[in-house]
Amino acid sequence: MSLIVNHVNYIYGEKTAMEVRALSDVSFKIEDGEFIGVIGHTGCGKSTLMQLLNGILKPSSGEIYYNGQDISDEDFDKKLLRSKVGLVFQYPEHQLFEVDVFTDVCFGPKNMGLDDNEIQLRAYDALKAVGLRDECFYVSPFDLSGGEKRRVAIAGVLAMKPDILILDEPTAGLDPKGREEILGLIKKLHDESNISIVLVSHSMEDVAEYADRIIVIDDGRIVFDDTPQNVFENYEMLNEMGLSVPAAKRVLYKLLEKGIPVRAKAITVADAVDEIYRVYQNSGLGGAR
Amino acid sequence: MIREITIGQYYPADSVIHRLDPRVKIVATLIFIISLFMFDSFIGYAIVVAFLAMCILLSKVPFSYMVKGLKAIFMILMLTVVINMLMTPGEPMVSFYKLTITKEGFRQAIFMALRLILLIIGSSVMTLTTTPNNLTDAMESLLKPLKRFKAPVHEIAMMMSIALSFIPILIEETDKIMKAQMARGADFENKNLIKRVKSYVPILVPLFISAFRRAGDLAMAMEARCYHGGDGRTKMKSLKYQRTDYVAYAISVLYIVAVVVVSRVFKV
Repeated sequence: MSLIVNHVNYIYGEKTAMEVRALSDVSFKIEDGEFIGVIGHTGCGKSTLMQLLNGILKPSSGEIYYNGQDISDEDFDKKLLRSKVGLVFQYPEHQLFEVDVFTDVCFGPKNMGLDDNEIQLRAYDALKAVGLRDECFYVSPFDLSGGEKRRVAIAGVLAMKPDILILDEPTAGLDPKGREEILGLIKKLHDESNISIVLVSHSMEDVAEYADRIIVIDDGRIVFDDTPQNVFENYEMLNEMGLSVPAAKRVLYKLLEKGIPVRAKAITVADAVDEIYRVYQNSGLGGAR
Repeated sequence: MIREITIGQYYPADSVIHRLDPRVKIVATLIFIISLFMFDSFIGYAIVVAFLAMCILLSKVPFSYMVKGLKAIFMILMLTVVINMLMTPGEPMVSFYKLTITKEGFRQAIFMALRLILLIIGSSVMTLTTTPNNLTDAMESLLKPLKRFKAPVHEIAMMMSIALSFIPILIEETDKIMKAQMARGADFENKNLIKRVKSYVPILVPLFISAFRRAGDLAMAMEARCYHGGDGRTKMKSLKYQRTDYVAYAISVLYIVAVVVVSRVFKV
């Protein structure tokens, strides 16, 4: 179930006075079961790219292949693509509209033309997968808390059983607890069902923690496409793009500047703690941790 | 997708008409509309069309933009023409079944249609050359005398300008919601009319909710900045008459006098 993006360009308002180039010559491939983090500052073209991936926007030039088929083809089933490449927009809770949570989650599978049993089964599974309490199933989605609404919205996409789940800043506007819950949920989905995840985020910490591959976009171009460790080695370049490296790594760099011989490899808090502890012990000051 | 909506559309250009004080433009438009109903002869139309043509030429707005407004009233226009033709009593011209078209009816229908077309084009000269903000400012300033009778003039103007500034925001919001529902497999191109109408429910409900949320936020933000209505509020760009504005007033008055006098003298 691979998705291949081949030399894609996208221009808004093509051939008008207000032409804006959003993406230039973007190529990459999403394999089964990957967890990809996409980072880039506001307006770099991330959201445009995500909308191209499930056929809501059409590339100005270049092709996108799903399972070897060009998705821009006239006879390609767009509905199938949208169910297989699930896209969760920013603030997805703003799309809820039904009278109760369960019916809202049914909307996606219903549009796929499944039979009633299958629709309800999928809606139930999806709501369970996002960890919503049973007593919330038949209340109005507008009576839920912000974090719960977002989980319902994610369930609405999950109910279509996508192979690839794209989430555009799923933690925007949530409190720390809500963030952790949503990210934990995404991780769980990835680990348990072998679904590929594309996580668009502004938080370097989040992508460092969860993704096993990071794509950095700047000004409509892919600048890096590598493992988190390798990407975050480019401290200065990332800074120039208005991005940064995870706080844990910044701490190690500061220690290095002070002349403490740490290896600034770690990108997560846990690894940084281990590294600092190792150096601390070697320095002869060591004690119990 | 739905960016073709053209309410309060402004066409940016640098022309005499664009630079006129918006109050002059509103008053002149009113005079123009009144003038349309002050005569009942062909010579009157000649003057009106000449005056309008002059304004359009001065405004530097392409004529095609003016005509766009007519599309919206096409149905009303046709209805007026048909009803006027059939319902006016007088000397019969053509008749079929039980319907007769009279000479008077024919004349009446053509005059009515011309009036409507001129009315729409005339007012679009104003809206195309004036930004919505200027328009509401002018409205507020012109309606000021009504304050004596306790009419909430400032509030009305404020509501108008808020409504106008919300249009592009809501269009963008609609676009976003539409995309989100499309990602969930919604289909807005169904051939079946009932299904197509139904398919808009998933857009309208979130749109209403977001409109209310935005309205609430805006009210809160205004109150947080101590908004308390128009009393004692000054403007950064207050409206001031220039010499061209007085000239424009004079031309408008001359115009309506000409229409009235000429159509009384020459009964063509």
